Amino acid sequence: MSQPVLHIENLQTHFFTDRGQIPAVDGVSIKVHKGEVVGIVGESGCGKSVTSLSIMKLVPNPPGKIVGGTIRFKGEDLVTASEKRMREIRGNEIAMIFQEPMTSLNPVFTIGDQIGEAVRIHTKASKKESRQRAIEMLKKVGIPRAEAIVDEYPHQLSGGMRQRVMIAMAMACNPELLIADEPTTALDVTIQAQILDLMRQLNRDADTAVLLITHDLGVVAQMCHRVVVMYAGKVIEEGDVRTILKEPKHPYTIGLLNSLPKLEESQERLYSIPGNVPIPGSLTTGCRFAPRCEQAVDRCRQEMPELVAVGENHRSRCWLSV
Amino acid sequence: MAEELLVVSNLKKYYPITGGVLGGEVGVVKAVDDISFSVKKGETLGLVGESGCGKSTTGRALLRLIEPTAGEIRFDGVDVMNLKPDDMRKMRRDMQIVFQDPFASLNPRHNVERILEEPLIVHGIGTSAERKKKVAEMLEVVGLNSYHARRYPHQFSGGQRQRIGIARALMLKPKLIVADEPVSALDVSIQSQVLNLMQDLQKDMGLTYLFIAHDLSVVRHISNRVGVMYLGRIVELTTSSQLYSNPLHPYTQALMSAVPTPDPDVVRERVILEGDVPSPANPPGGCTFHTRCPRVKDKCRTVRPEFQEIEKNHFVACHLYNQA
Ligand SMILES: Nc1ncnc2c1ncn2[C@@H]1O[C@H](COP(=O)(O)OP(=O)(O)OP(=O)(O)O)[C@@H](O)[C@H]1O
Ligand SMILES: Nc1ncnc2c1ncn2[C@@H]1O[C@H](COP(=O)(O)OP(=O)(O)OP(=O)(O)O)[C@@H](O)[C@H]1O
Ligand SMILES: [Mg+2]
Ligand SMILES: [Mg+2]
Repeated sequence: MSQPVLHIENLQTHFFTDRGQIPAVDGVSIKVHKGEVVGIVGESGCGKSVTSLSIMKLVPNPPGKIVGGTIRFKGEDLVTASEKRMREIRGNEIAMIFQEPMTSLNPVFTIGDQIGEAVRIHTKASKKESRQRAIEMLKKVGIPRAEAIVDEYPHQLSGGMRQRVMIAMAMACNPELLIADEPTTALDVTIQAQILDLMRQLNRDADTAVLLITHDLGVVAQMCHRVVVMYAGKVIEEGDVRTILKEPKHPYTIGLLNSLPKLEESQERLYSIPGNVPIPGSLTTGCRFAPRCEQAVDRCRQEMPELVAVGENHRSRCWLSV
Repeated sequence: MAEELLVVSNLKKYYPITGGVLGGEVGVVKAVDDISFSVKKGETLGLVGESGCGKSTTGRALLRLIEPTAGEIRFDGVDVMNLKPDDMRKMRRDMQIVFQDPFASLNPRHNVERILEEPLIVHGIGTSAERKKKVAEMLEVVGLNSYHARRYPHQFSGGQRQRIGIARALMLKPKLIVADEPVSALDVSIQSQVLNLMQDLQKDMGLTYLFIAHDLSVVRHISNRVGVMYLGRIVELTTSSQLYSNPLHPYTQALMSAVPTPDPDVVRERVILEGDVPSPANPPGGCTFHTRCPRVKDKCRTVRPEFQEIEKNHFVACHLYNQA
């Protein structure tokens, strides 16, 4: 296979707090190829956002720090890249969309200024041309009254519209990798459907690689080719979308799928994984899911399993699936 | 058929918009605009709809935590709208509310025992020892234990905090619980724990729920009947199974088709609605959904469709089904 656009190997991002050193991302490896949509799923606090912030080198430091591993973007290691180089990459070769677009849109510039800026960096277009391009991009992402909106400020738009603006900006710079961290979590389902549609278009038309972070397995099913499941800072299972959603091997993934209420059928009672996610930093030996796992045996509590192949393009970190 | 515990007729809540140089009223937000429904004893009525459609306003107006603009509310045979403040306070023993964000609704300076004791103190129930015993019992009921009684809200996980919120609502042994997005902030594995707990409590204590959420799968799972809201109005109301197998209103159809299913092989026919939900400060005339409706007719732009029973137990407000 060709070289992946993004190749994360054994990434370790830790937080140094007064409660001690928290291994928020603890040896994560992920590959994303051109034209591929890879999903990262997992419960709140499992390290999804810290993984994506690490790629952009935006982990707040202190208290956070990448303490190990490599992040190769088209072969170049971003962990050792200079801040100057990162500024070239961000919003240009790698675009990022966050859950709350307000944090990444600049409140004092108009929508047109911000999309126009992205266009100018990329095409050396004049101010007037880039404004025109901005209007086109806004229309393309389905914003009504694009000619007027272009002169408005972020706070004047609804959440769905802001997210569309972020996508318009991402499209304008024609990135090779788009990182979307919970891009639709704050949105209503009918608006979510619009945004997912746009992301799909971007991926298909420009062959953009997408790393999509979400906790919604429905979104994963509709969008992703491959899925990485994280638990407490580690990848615990990965494979193509069908395998993960239909023939998962890891007890956590199985439990997660069984916990979901279904729209199509009625269930008397939902399955529920006992217990809670471990408190970060309170990690012990053995498999991190063992305290909640109904199938755990002694070995699970003593020794951390490796992520090993359990099928074609399918890996699981569980003593029971080897 | 079970008797009706709650009957709501023509409920409205308009929030004033103030502005101008004098700060006078320059308009209204029609947050809830003439809705009617009832909830039977022991059942769960779900209320779904997108952000801002008026779900929370409905829930709060029922308990008169906010004063309704108009309408009638009968709870257990009592005309709630005409109760004096003191009687209303007593009435609330029987009608409790659970909020989405348990953290914001739990006093951070009080430990769990104090938080759960509070409603009993307010209503002057029991001696201190009796109250503490009740608290201990209730903690067991929601799957916590006395070890948790001395801890503070920030020392709990989201799911545990929601259990505390539910425990507090149950302290007075209410008849009705308005649950406003009780699981929306929780991860799926914790969400299912809380949903199961709510179902068990309903069975054991004969509770009636008005369950508000925006997640259609969750609402389908927990509800006997479901009402779909759009821009301050209920557009469709029927049994859970009817709503999902035979949605009639074009908005319900679009909403349902937009929910992503966790199965990559399920290809649903998707209706992607254009545009955003209009502002309730300036709602479209006629049917408020007409600006986004894929099946809009001329009449929809001018005439508000009536909320009619199209089939048995299946109410819809849409001109496509008007029998007049
Ligand atoms: N600034 C910080 N200081 C200390 N710890 C942090 C900080 N940011 C994140 N963490 C820790 O890193 C872990 C991973 O957090 P992260 O934000 O990546 O989770 P996530 O998977 O994105 O969760 P969510 O679904 O809630 O967004 C968490 O346990 C959190 O406690
Ligand atoms: N105190 C208030 N003053 C003015 N307008 C309000 C007030 N509270 C709510 N609104 C408006 O009333 C409408 C309905 O709000 P409500 O909170 O009932 O919606 P909701 O369906 O619960 O939404 P969500 O899913 O976001 O919780 C919204 O447009 C909201 O902005
Ligand atoms: Mg996150
Ligand atoms: Mg609400």
